[in-house]
Amino acid sequence: MTAVDRWSFELVVVGVSALALVILTAPTVVVLIASFTGGQSLRFPPQGFSLQWYDALLTRSQEIGVAFRNSIAVAAMAAAAGTMMAVAAAMALSRRTTRASRALDAAFMAPLTLPTLALGLGLLMLISIAGAEPSLVTLVVGHTIIVAPYVLRTTSASLSQLDPALVDSARTLGAGPAYAFRTVVLPLIAAGIAAGMFIGFMASFDNVSISLFLADAGTDMLPLRLWNIIENLLDVRAAAASGLLIAVTGVLLMVMERLTRFSRQMRN
Amino acid sequence: MRTARSLDWQLAAPLALFYVAFVFAPIGLLVAVSFAESPEFDTFSLHQYARVFGDAYQRGILADTLQIGAQTTAVTVLLAYPLALLHLRSGPTVRRLILLAILLPLLTSTVVRTFGWVVILGRQGLINTALLGAGLVEKPVQLLYTHNALVVALAQIELPLMALPIINALARIDPTLIDASATLGARRWRTFFKVVLPLSLPGLIAGMALVFAGSISAIITQTLVGGGRMLFMPYHLYQQAILANDWPFAAALAVILLAFVLMVVGSLLAFERSMARWRHAG
Repeated sequence: MTAVDRWSFELVVVGVSALALVILTAPTVVVLIASFTGGQSLRFPPQGFSLQWYDALLTRSQEIGVAFRNSIAVAAMAAAAGTMMAVAAAMALSRRTTRASRALDAAFMAPLTLPTLALGLGLLMLISIAGAEPSLVTLVVGHTIIVAPYVLRTTSASLSQLDPALVDSARTLGAGPAYAFRTVVLPLIAAGIAAGMFIGFMASFDNVSISLFLADAGTDMLPLRLWNIIENLLDVRAAAASGLLIAVTGVLLMVMERLTRFSRQMRN
Repeated sequence: MRTARSLDWQLAAPLALFYVAFVFAPIGLLVAVSFAESPEFDTFSLHQYARVFGDAYQRGILADTLQIGAQTTAVTVLLAYPLALLHLRSGPTVRRLILLAILLPLLTSTVVRTFGWVVILGRQGLINTALLGAGLVEKPVQLLYTHNALVVALAQIELPLMALPIINALARIDPTLIDASATLGARRWRTFFKVVLPLSLPGLIAGMALVFAGSISAIITQTLVGGGRMLFMPYHLYQQAILANDWPFAAALAVILLAFVLMVVGSLLAFERSMARWRHAG
């Protein structure tokens, strides 16, 4: 009985974990392999090997390039705006356990579970009532909502690890609040802020539900463009674009892991 | 000290004002517009809600969306929990690899990962090529645009959001409790159900809330893997708002989607709180 108990438990843990890891990695690996196809269509396994689709992507795909630059610009501005506001808010909420501070924290985290599609439609209505048009500015506003919760979460986690005695010592020794923040607090929470900013940037870069309502014809966004290509043309250039995104994401993740021990931040 | 405190609170003001203007005001507006009887906004009534709940086709779209959310949540729990258990008892290198295998997909664009499923499940895709090659089928099987394929693809998209909170919750459990259970003669399954699972409940509940909310509004995966034959709330809402220009109806659909997410997330959290109380009382 004990042996059956142990073996059945081990089998489930190891077996299902293996399946989960295959499912987690399969789509990314398959897209990466498919992007090097020598053929004209998306078959798997691919026919032959070539870089033709990467060449097509880089030389004959101006509209994808424009959408890529728009996505980068919006994500960068949203990450900057969201980080400034969220770090300030995290400072205000740290070490408070009152009902009001908990409610405020929950409200700030709401965009993570609210269907952002509903939010996108609401923002579009707000813009039209204000007599404005969807533009780069409205996109940045919408995407800032995507970034803020991530930065708030990681910054709050870093602040909760911070020994308050350090700040008290700095203040006792005559440092003003701003000086103490800059020289004591900021260096200690910088990794947390950076991790939140990174994941917020990626979430904004990936966002469709807000962009769908707030992007106009002049500000095409990369996920929308790729979605369109995959749905209507099933063009292999989409695989090449995906291959590049996977490579860049992988490299960024490694850099962030080095700089901020990103995986540890995310676990907490 | 007093002035320092009040200054402290003001630091939350920019984000709070931003949320009031661009999160809560739009949602309020959505609710207001959903009560308009026509796109001319002349009279207000529950007409738009009657259009959804009074029509079998509309009710079906809502029910299908909620079903996809529930099934995806169930599949991700079954896949993520064992992975989290493996992470808990592995050495530092394996732990790191598991975390990277979870984080890389999480950070990779949803469009890209969904595209991967299109390539895997297509008529000339990985699975069909393998089945044909092995002689198990004579012509390609329809995998793409089926209900089950959509659940699998969504489970992959949402898996990291389930695995991370469970891993976090398991790491907080005092290992001596598990040892004590084993020393007292409890078998592995019993220790798991009586000690590990109840103590990891907060992480599990957090993961379920994120995955349910994420999978019912995953418009890209729903349209690319689900295809045109299946219609779910997000694309329905988008069509009504942008293509049909019927804002009041689209607003009602958005409010209904929002309400169901809040209800499900709310009941999950209430369940977790009552379990916590019950544990402390017992």
